[in-house]
Amino acid sequence: MATEVSRPTSRRAPRQQIGLIEWLRKNLFSTWYNVIITVVLLYVIVQTVTSFVSWMVTAPGWPAAFTNIKLLLTWTYPVDQLWRPQAAMALVMLLLGLSSGLWGGIVRMVALGAAVISVALGFVAFTFPDLPGQTSLPGWLFMFICAVLLVGGDQLARLVGNKLRWPLIIAWLLAYPAVILILRGGIGLPVVETKLWGGLTLTLILAVSGIVLSFPLGVLLALGRRSSLPVIRTFCVLYIELIRGVPLVTVLFMGALLLPLFLPGGESIDALVRAVIAVTLFSAAYLAENVRGGLQSIPKGQVEAARALGLNVVQTTLLITLPQALRAVVPVLVGQFIALFKDTSLVVIIGLVDLLGAAQNIVGQPEWLGTPGGVWRETFLVIAAIYWVFSFTMSRISKRIEDQIARSRH
Amino acid sequence: MRKHITLILAGLLSLVLAACGGQAQQSPTTAPAQPATTAPDQPTAAPASPEPTAAPAATAAPAGGTPAQPAAGGQIERILARGTLICGVNNNPLPGFATVDAAGVYRGFDIDFCRAVAAALFDDPNKIEFRPLSAQERFTALQTGEIDVLIRNSTWTLGRDGNLGLDWAPTTFYDGQGMMVRKDSGIETLEDMDGATICVQTGTTTELNLADQFRARGLTFTPVVFPDGDSTRAAYDAGQCDGFTTDKSGLISSLTLLSNPADHKILEVTMSKEPLGPAVRQGDAQWFDAVRWIVFATFQAEEYGITSQNVNDFLNSDVPEIRRFLGIEGDLAKGIGLSNDFAVRIIRHVGNYAEIYDRNLGPDTPFNLPRGLNALYTEGGLLYSPPFR
Repeated sequence: MATEVSRPTSRRAPRQQIGLIEWLRKNLFSTWYNVIITVVLLYVIVQTVTSFVSWMVTAPGWPAAFTNIKLLLTWTYPVDQLWRPQAAMALVMLLLGLSSGLWGGIVRMVALGAAVISVALGFVAFTFPDLPGQTSLPGWLFMFICAVLLVGGDQLARLVGNKLRWPLIIAWLLAYPAVILILRGGIGLPVVETKLWGGLTLTLILAVSGIVLSFPLGVLLALGRRSSLPVIRTFCVLYIELIRGVPLVTVLFMGALLLPLFLPGGESIDALVRAVIAVTLFSAAYLAENVRGGLQSIPKGQVEAARALGLNVVQTTLLITLPQALRAVVPVLVGQFIALFKDTSLVVIIGLVDLLGAAQNIVGQPEWLGTPGGVWRETFLVIAAIYWVFSFTMSRISKRIEDQIARSRH
Repeated sequence: MRKHITLILAGLLSLVLAACGGQAQQSPTTAPAQPATTAPDQPTAAPASPEPTAAPAATAAPAGGTPAQPAAGGQIERILARGTLICGVNNNPLPGFATVDAAGVYRGFDIDFCRAVAAALFDDPNKIEFRPLSAQERFTALQTGEIDVLIRNSTWTLGRDGNLGLDWAPTTFYDGQGMMVRKDSGIETLEDMDGATICVQTGTTTELNLADQFRARGLTFTPVVFPDGDSTRAAYDAGQCDGFTTDKSGLISSLTLLSNPADHKILEVTMSKEPLGPAVRQGDAQWFDAVRWIVFATFQAEEYGITSQNVNDFLNSDVPEIRRFLGIEGDLAKGIGLSNDFAVRIIRHVGNYAEIYDRNLGPDTPFNLPRGLNALYTEGGLLYSPPFR
């Protein structure tokens, strides 16, 4: 003990360097029952993995997903108008690339990830069939262009530098209406009714619409719930608790089945709009509670200090409390958005055909009936992979933001 | 933003209130007349709406044959003015009846009848908008006028015809409920299935029939219900149930999708009548007649042997009934609001009943479904068209 005290305190604790065999012995084979457990589990894992891989290699159903890639991505969107979803996606990719160059960090990680996936998909896309009457770019070329846009945008933004900041923020704000406009048409372009939309396009539109539209609504509800005006507060509490008290399916059914009954005959709100409204109203209630959590986490001193400086209520909220509250709840919000993204698959029950619905249709196509066991395993694995890529990306982003916040607090 | 949201919310709220109020006022008058409408055997379909449409239909129905339709017409004009027919179809793919192919084109037996209606109206089978509908929302969509015609393997029943405010055109496909079991289970008849668990899709007549059949035989069973056909089949395939029941056509197409089709068999018993056909909203007798005769035209064309290939030869025919059928003579179709040559249009673009059947379900398809009841009356089936005269 005495000698230890006299040693310099700055010395780090000795790192334990153990070899692989030592590690195995310590962690997996330390006692006789651990040996048995290890061996049994190893056997089970190896069996599972090898049989899964050998099934993957020999499964006869993979062509189903690949020949139907158009259905999975855009459902019945007119074949001669397919360049429009491509243009919309190219726009988003360019913006993402530019943002990556400007802000770096997590955005760059996402952009590079997207570029890698684009290149990978580009190679896979060589096997995709060309559709009759297709005027859009072939899949492989388009995916490579996406990769070029991402990387090129990144480089360009680094060259131009901070001048791009505000134009880019404005471009992002306009991107959502622009994408909808490109897809739906109207000004100069032939209109493609939302009834023809579907597949991954619909899933993304529903999720992004839900996220974009529910955010302001949710923040307002959160502020309203903390308002000192009884009418506003009561309304917000009622709304939030009512919506949180029912499942999303119920809200969707309300929108799809009850709403048309109330409207005059023949008049109907677009089915997609109904779904977007339902998803937004639902998501806003949950978002409000998350934001309220953030607002409550802010010490009272912040507000008092702001008032002491002469800021009024609006200024205090917008400049002091809300930014801090939102910052605190970003990870939670991303988690909620991931849930929302996956929840959109519920629209299958109200007759919209999203990614899941398109996959279900492919499984039912007569040409796969001869395939033993059907093609549903392969097809659903493909769309599971698509869901996973998006959800995983979002969860990584949330993790990074969380780390950043944690670091900035030290 | 806030203002808009509150406006929308206020609108929604007032709609809800208005609807509740409306129902409350209606209930005293309708309750004695229709005591059974709220019974639990119509779980999801249409809570309260049929009453408003039922009233005009009652007056319009007797006038069905007369060409002039003063108050109740208009649906055909609306469709023609819109330029597309809105056809409600199955959102869950039913192989052979309604699926979407790799290029995004709807195909199938039901789809072809949608196309036949569009062809009769527009001389173009593609002037059509397909509205995929789930089993739960299909009748609501028809009642609210969101779709013009529902061709979504929907069974014609008295309850639906009467209480839901719908009218069924002639049956295009005579189906019946069957039961699939595993071969090694030793089950030969329904009586062997006492206490069995049975996978069934919810919200369908199948579910109700199943209960009726078992109750009638004094048997017990445990239903395992699913919202759509795919998950029902998958659950049966995974061994969750002893039996799997749906219409026989559905069973046959499901059989090929099971992991090991050879292990399963379909029992002999037919548990129900499942006449599947197009449905329209009650209240427009002319539109109902039009859809009805469009279906009859496909039967009649097969009876005369007129196909999409040889229809042009028949245009020079001297046989009076064929000339009337094809609209060369007389002015018959005017009465139902269609163009005189509507049968020619249907045959040219879509074909006669046999062509539609063979294209989607016949020997050249994976289903190879025998015609059975779905043959002409001359060949022992039930397809019989009244005379076109």
